[in-house]
Amino acid sequence: MCGIAGIWDLHGRGPEPRLLNRMIQAIRHRGPDDVGIHTEDGVGLAHARLSIIDLAGGHQPMSADNGALWITFNGEIFNYLELRSELVRKGVRFATNSDTEVILQQYRLRGERCVEDFEGQWAFAIWDARQGKLFLSRDRLGVRPLFYATREGRFAFASEIKALLVIPEISRQLNPAALDQIFTFWSSVPPATIFRDVHELPPGSSMTLQDGELKTYRYWQPDYVEEPMSEDQAGERLMVLLEDAVRLRLRANVPVGTYVSGGLDSAIVTALVRRITSGPLQAFSISFDDPEFDEASYQEELSRSLELERHEIRCSPHMIGQVFPETVWHAERPILRTAPAPLYLLAKLVRDNNYKVVLTGEGSDEMFGGYDIFKEAKIRAYWASRLDSTRRPKLLERLYPYLPKLQLQSPTYLKSFFRVSAEEAADPFFSHLPRWELTSKLKAFFSDTIKDELKSNSSKSQLELSLPVSFFGWDAFRRAQYLESLLLMPGYILSAQGDRMAMAHGVEARFPFLDSRVVRLANSLPVPLKMKVLNEKYILKQCARGLIPESIRKRHKQPYRAPEAASFLSKASGLEYVDELLNPEHVRKSGIFNPTAVQNLIAKFRRGQAIGIKDNMAFLGILSTQLVVHQFINRQESYNATRIA
Amino acid sequence: MQHELLKFIQENFMFGLDNFELSPDDSLIERGLIDSTGVLELIAFLEQKYVIKIEDSELVPENLDSINALTRFIERKTRTGVHTCN
Repeated sequence: MCGIAGIWDLHGRGPEPRLLNRMIQAIRHRGPDDVGIHTEDGVGLAHARLSIIDLAGGHQPMSADNGALWITFNGEIFNYLELRSELVRKGVRFATNSDTEVILQQYRLRGERCVEDFEGQWAFAIWDARQGKLFLSRDRLGVRPLFYATREGRFAFASEIKALLVIPEISRQLNPAALDQIFTFWSSVPPATIFRDVHELPPGSSMTLQDGELKTYRYWQPDYVEEPMSEDQAGERLMVLLEDAVRLRLRANVPVGTYVSGGLDSAIVTALVRRITSGPLQAFSISFDDPEFDEASYQEELSRSLELERHEIRCSPHMIGQVFPETVWHAERPILRTAPAPLYLLAKLVRDNNYKVVLTGEGSDEMFGGYDIFKEAKIRAYWASRLDSTRRPKLLERLYPYLPKLQLQSPTYLKSFFRVSAEEAADPFFSHLPRWELTSKLKAFFSDTIKDELKSNSSKSQLELSLPVSFFGWDAFRRAQYLESLLLMPGYILSAQGDRMAMAHGVEARFPFLDSRVVRLANSLPVPLKMKVLNEKYILKQCARGLIPESIRKRHKQPYRAPEAASFLSKASGLEYVDELLNPEHVRKSGIFNPTAVQNLIAKFRRGQAIGIKDNMAFLGILSTQLVVHQFINRQESYNATRIA
Repeated sequence: MQHELLKFIQENFMFGLDNFELSPDDSLIERGLIDSTGVLELIAFLEQKYVIKIEDSELVPENLDSINALTRFIERKTRTGVHTCN
């Protein structure tokens, strides 16, 4: 796992190795082991390496075909040994044992369609000198990031935005449309990013630059074509694929550990690692001082059962407040939750234990219907079909047992809060309306200037226009799954909470549930095998029988959460940056939020009256946006940070 | 009392945004001011401020969804034996 960057100057100037070096140094945390730069005729590729496969021979940028092809690559091609064997049979000779060279040789053979053969997580750029073409690609589900910008005849790309912002021509202006997306969907929607000049290559997409023309296309898109299969057949196929997905992801020339959250998914992954490997197995966990969030007892139980050597970072609200500026620095965008901060600390724990690869359970909730949003949508749809029912809304109790007062509210209130009506039920975004409408209320805090800029902007309408035609033919459950896989998973879970937090400490996370074969099977399952009545991830739980402790297999889905605004505003927190960034003068200067409204929100917290998710999201959205402005636009030193571009 | 209620709603749900006006009969739900946790915040405020106990069966929009509805509801509650505090 590494950091990549590059420039193609279409006028044939440079690019100066010094500039490429500055770009790659800005993301050196992604690859502390080695740096390489290659330049020729207006093209420059740069690479920061985290050595995992072929430690001695994997230096990049790497060339093939007598220097006609050059690559800079971030990621892993897990099936590289199988592809390599096939290529050798066809007469290809290899100079290294790396997966990087397999990409180059597969590209020589198959051209841009090579990516269809890869099982892995990648972002790369290949300079094809013979064709005068730059070819860039990103993995199917968006595990690895890739950003680009085009300014004044220069095309530039990088793993992280901060590497692009060192190029003087690229402005640091905020993009209000992306701000609107984040304050609706919790994530920006590629190609938009929070910076006006910087774009993101969408997951499952490739891009070419040739003869001055930039083309982007999707080489992969999730589809939901149901295959009839029995529960036994589905379970058998799933376990075979999942075990193979884990086996492939254990390929490394360094030791591999696992993340253990205490939940079903990481427990299954860890149990499969235990089944495949022998010897000590290191697991890494987060625990919390606050019992509301803490899952340590389940983590301990799994550790005993699988004989893990477990390492734990115990997070206090104060620690979260302390590392929040660095979290935002690495996430490079406003965030509405604190959940990335503990993962930032967890990755540090991994690195401090001299590990740089972990397997983890992300992706399962999206593929197998684990999130409460799927259940909530099912109950709402059921209620909407009999609006006068007083029993149907009672099912909401199964979703939010920790909100007893919610259940006491009248059906009129509940219908309103959960957007239950015949009209709402026909909306293509039915499943996500409550979440998006709740989040959209945070826009009331925007300044008049930002509100004016966004007057004719509708993130929801734009999203609707970009959906594939097949979306409108899917049932409500699959639509909800698609939306989660399109927005929250790549835009937040795998990036702000995933890649960025792990790579901040040079740690590579690998996701067996996002193996393309597992995803294909999950997408073809009949819905009741994913959610049986209101039992989420049903088939996965059936498969996990005998593999993990029963208490973990049967437990109610506990979404991973961390202490929220309490981490910042308690009297004991003493976080000077919070007072500074949120004071009316600072807020006015940034120009994004209304200073009076921000002060009133803080006052509400100080009175102890801010108890809801909306106020918490508002606080974190405002604070993190102020941090983005402070760190990236005003180029001020990060509060705890040790590095700045 | 109307003034106190309006002040609470302005401070806690409207955050003092001066371009946001609320009439005594405006529905708090329809104006998008109150959500599920907002109702809980409102109840906590009413119970503490007016020293009343709100029953589960009273958590309905007819009692809580506008300044005027709230005023009538609190007056009725305080008349039925529970004293108010200032």
